[in-house]
Amino acid sequence: MTITAMIVKMSEGLGRTCAIFFLTLLFSLPLGLLVALLRMSKNRVVSTITKAYISVLRGTPLMLQLIAVAYGPFYLFGATLLVKQKLLAIIIAFALNYAAYFAEIYRGGIESMPVGQYEAAHVLGYSKAQTFMRIILPQVVKRILPSVTNEVITLVKDTSMAFTLAYMEMFSIGKQIANSQSSFTPFVIAGAFYYIMNSVVAFAMSRCEKALGYYR
Amino acid sequence: MRILEIEHCRKHFGENEVLTDISLTVDEGQVVSIIGPSGSGKSTLLRCATLLETMDGGSLKYLDKVAVRDEGGRAVYALPAELKQVRGYFGLVFQNFNLFPHYSVLKNITEAPLLIQKRDKDEVMETARDLLAKMGLSDKADAYPYQLSGGQQQRVSIARALAMKPRMLFFDEPTSALDPELTGEILKVIRALAAEHMTMVIVTHEMAFARDVSDHVIFMDGGVIVEQGNPADIINNPTQDRTIQFLSRFN
Repeated sequence: MTITAMIVKMSEGLGRTCAIFFLTLLFSLPLGLLVALLRMSKNRVVSTITKAYISVLRGTPLMLQLIAVAYGPFYLFGATLLVKQKLLAIIIAFALNYAAYFAEIYRGGIESMPVGQYEAAHVLGYSKAQTFMRIILPQVVKRILPSVTNEVITLVKDTSMAFTLAYMEMFSIGKQIANSQSSFTPFVIAGAFYYIMNSVVAFAMSRCEKALGYYR
Repeated sequence: MRILEIEHCRKHFGENEVLTDISLTVDEGQVVSIIGPSGSGKSTLLRCATLLETMDGGSLKYLDKVAVRDEGGRAVYALPAELKQVRGYFGLVFQNFNLFPHYSVLKNITEAPLLIQKRDKDEVMETARDLLAKMGLSDKADAYPYQLSGGQQQRVSIARALAMKPRMLFFDEPTSALDPELTGEILKVIRALAAEHMTMVIVTHEMAFARDVSDHVIFMDGGVIVEQGNPADIINNPTQDRTIQFLSRFN
């Protein structure tokens, strides 16, 4: 098998790699904000449960969580997992996991906001929701962007974990080729693909940072 | 007309009683300065009056609206909808300006009148432009707070408060974060407002300014009003020992 053939074959999995990447971001970014708000809730029960959630999801391997989401229902309810639902299982596991990380990033950002911003808005008559959406959140987004970039870059690489469920994204295809051809080349190609994707991510995120650089 | 009436205000943080039975009235057009050492409770009093801090006991009234009423020595707050209405009666200028850094100067001034008061856009824009002109900041409408000096930021925050067309303004040590040169420009703005008979309560460490600009001076220490009255009398000829001691460093 020529290198070109390997590249072509592995590229066929890139759509799935991107699906995991974008769907995870789509769900985990808002979910992370929700988790952060629950984590900061004044209700002790709510904040304790949320704290436990974050602790478990950050404290156990993502690979284990993937297996738990994929096969857990089978062992618990005797349900069988259809091939079509593999992506669903992956997105659920990834979104829950990344939401836990994003939640702590959001929380750090929200807690770093000076109390004066809340007070100024309060005196001007802003409601709590208006204060959060218009005054606090936009500033938090700017503050947390560098940390979010870190997570997003990690996410690109983490998509390779989908091979655990034999979901045929780019890395899983590469691993298959490596086995059948007894070749190391597919791993080099996979590495190059991830590096290129992350260069794009880094570029996009630095553009975002620049776009928010109009104020300090 | 009476704009503000505080009666028997009490406030404690834990074991520490920071306000003990404070009563205070402000009439329309009156300029009241509150002076006193750090920790005397003057900022806490201002924060209670502006509903940023809840008082433990006493009552608070703006015009005919009761914000807090006293029930057997316990402060009972009005419903949120009524408090929202009360908040429309006053503006507050902070020591640290607290401008919204992600908004331009113009948006800082216009958002609340548009969003909260739902006023006509053309009218709000015109009001904002007038206020900026008055503050000498017409060329800064599109600037962001970080591009301004401290004095300019404080003038924007005064404009932001005035854009809400409040019945009275509170100032919480408006010059304490500024160097002497910038302090002068803020004091000039407040003097101009006093000349227009804007009702104001000013917590300040600028004794000469308090004497010149106010109709009434209150000296606070240890959570109580030690002495109050005519500014020239209080600042030039205080009668209480504590006031004399405090002012000796200024005179």
